[in-house]
Amino acid sequence: MHNSSRPPSPPPPGSPGAPVIHVEGLAKEYRVFDKPEGLLASVTGLFRRTSRTVEALRGVSLTVGRGEFVAMLGPNGAGKTTFLKLLSGIITPTRGRATVLGHVPWERSDDFRRRFALVMGQRNQLWWDLPAAESFRLHKEIYRIDTPRFERTRDELVELLGVGTLLLRPVRDLSLGERMKLELVAALLHEPEVLFLDEPTIGLDVVAQHALHRFLSHVQAERGMTVILTTHYMKDVAALCKRLVVVTQGSILYDGSLDQIVDRFTSHKIVTLDLDAAPDAAAVARWGFPAEIRGPQVVLRIDRARISEALPRILASAGVRDVSVEDVPLEEIVAELFRSGSGAPPPRPAIAAAGAGGGP
Amino acid sequence: MSASADDRPAPGFLARRLQGLRVWWTMLVISLEERLVYRGDFILGTAMRFLPIVTQVFLWTAVFGATRSGDIAGYSRDDIVAYYLLTMVSRAFSSMPGLAGGIARGIRDGSVKKYLVQPVDYVGYLLAARIAHKLVYYAVAVIPFAAVFFVCRGFFPPLPDAATMLAFGLSLVLSFLLGFFMEATLGMLGFWFLEVSSIVFAYMLVQYLLSGHMFPLDMLAGIPTGVPGVSVAEVVRFLPFEYTAYFPAAVWLGKVRGAELVRSLVVEAAWVVVMMAACRLAWRRGTARYSAFGG
Repeated sequence: MHNSSRPPSPPPPGSPGAPVIHVEGLAKEYRVFDKPEGLLASVTGLFRRTSRTVEALRGVSLTVGRGEFVAMLGPNGAGKTTFLKLLSGIITPTRGRATVLGHVPWERSDDFRRRFALVMGQRNQLWWDLPAAESFRLHKEIYRIDTPRFERTRDELVELLGVGTLLLRPVRDLSLGERMKLELVAALLHEPEVLFLDEPTIGLDVVAQHALHRFLSHVQAERGMTVILTTHYMKDVAALCKRLVVVTQGSILYDGSLDQIVDRFTSHKIVTLDLDAAPDAAAVARWGFPAEIRGPQVVLRIDRARISEALPRILASAGVRDVSVEDVPLEEIVAELFRSGSGAPPPRPAIAAAGAGGGP
Repeated sequence: MSASADDRPAPGFLARRLQGLRVWWTMLVISLEERLVYRGDFILGTAMRFLPIVTQVFLWTAVFGATRSGDIAGYSRDDIVAYYLLTMVSRAFSSMPGLAGGIARGIRDGSVKKYLVQPVDYVGYLLAARIAHKLVYYAVAVIPFAAVFFVCRGFFPPLPDAATMLAFGLSLVLSFLLGFFMEATLGMLGFWFLEVSSIVFAYMLVQYLLSGHMFPLDMLAGIPTGVPGVSVAEVVRFLPFEYTAYFPAAVWLGKVRGAELVRSLVVEAAWVVVMMAACRLAWRRGTARYSAFGG
């Protein structure tokens, strides 16, 4: 049953990739047991336990083409990690279908497992008490990497991340950032075609985050690897991905390009005025836009359609020294999305083919 | 650079076996390196193992003093001392400190996930790690063991013949495998129960009693089970436990010979196969459950 369907070879650069990951109506429910407080409840709990079903993922559909770098953004408990666990075959779904590289992940065929990698936080694949070089050697055997290819890939990755001096030190003596880098090297040694990254930058300082971003975008572009990354940092998304999937409460709220999310979910721009002196609140109110006065600075939210009409009028007022017109920051849009939950209109269908250039 | 995994032809059966063996060998070597990190711990642990035997010798000296008879169930006082020392050798092969607990902990804290994601056989990995663990242990323990056996050489009967020594060696290797697969299976109960330490504790108690670790199992010969003509010893003989302590010692001391010896070795090997299958089954069922409920 295995090895019969070969994946299509990578498409020429620039063309939209053939689907590598295909997910349809994927749902995962967990049964959790509630334990009420108190000793008496604990005793009765021995005989009768109350359980309820938690829907970690409620029917998610998604198609990812070869060579795409997709960010999954969502608050804690949105179902991002559950999604990656399903695609890695660690868990089986309650409903729905998925194929990754033509395989059903939770069948866990060796053929499939040799072609992807999952990085979930630190202390994952590396042997705690041994230098990373030893773990790499084990990976070489597990993934059947021949020696020249192994050495070439290892040296290349190690150089890119600048971790050459860390290879011979026991992993337990390394810092969080150093460990994360070596985890990534371990995960990429067998040149996986698909890489799942679960919150790779969590707990890292800004410098380490930057280094990781540079490394990931370089390797991804070089290899044409398909990557899904979960995060709750907008910085990761902005640095790495063109395609953004926003997940809350187990459902996809938005799936599309990074730029379009601004158009889609905001109708206004942020206009910041620097004035000579703190303005009169009544004068600001006369402009007719929601405003916030911070000393000599005024921040206005102006409907996009009205910008060209409103701006000259406002600038004509005395004492404007400087002005800037900006989109609503992504963080704000996403935070708003998180809060609104499933209340927002489902924008999915129109943009579902993102990567193939879909969308209005 | 990508998709290179597909450029190679699928390897044949023998080639796959050989590759499997290479993976396994690398795991063994790396486990060895890892164990050597903790060699100090080992030296202390080995020394501590000899303490209980001193109390056992005092206890049996008192017992023999009280009965005033030369032997109990075919054991003289010297035989008893030799027996206890030999069960220590059996136990050095069959006991698996931390194996079940370690597996269960991996299930609880999620580190077992790694073996679901990587194309690697978890049971094979555990076995490699345990062999490495044992090899390092023997390398350290051989010195105190040799010293104690030298000091106590007067308690032993003359050295057995080559065939008996061979059977002794075989019984030890099988007892290692039996102990390994029994404890690994216990550890995998962690897929069903949050905590296996009480199960392991109960197992240890039964094991202590029925393996011959506590007293030579010949002493159960006179105890009836209620079924006419069947003593407790007859039942215990068909359980796996005695092979982890009593049996190798009895082989060395010449208590089990000829056809009886062959039959016992076959029963021991059969138990190894049964427990190996149980361990695989527990892993398969356990991971299926893990995938469905938790992960």
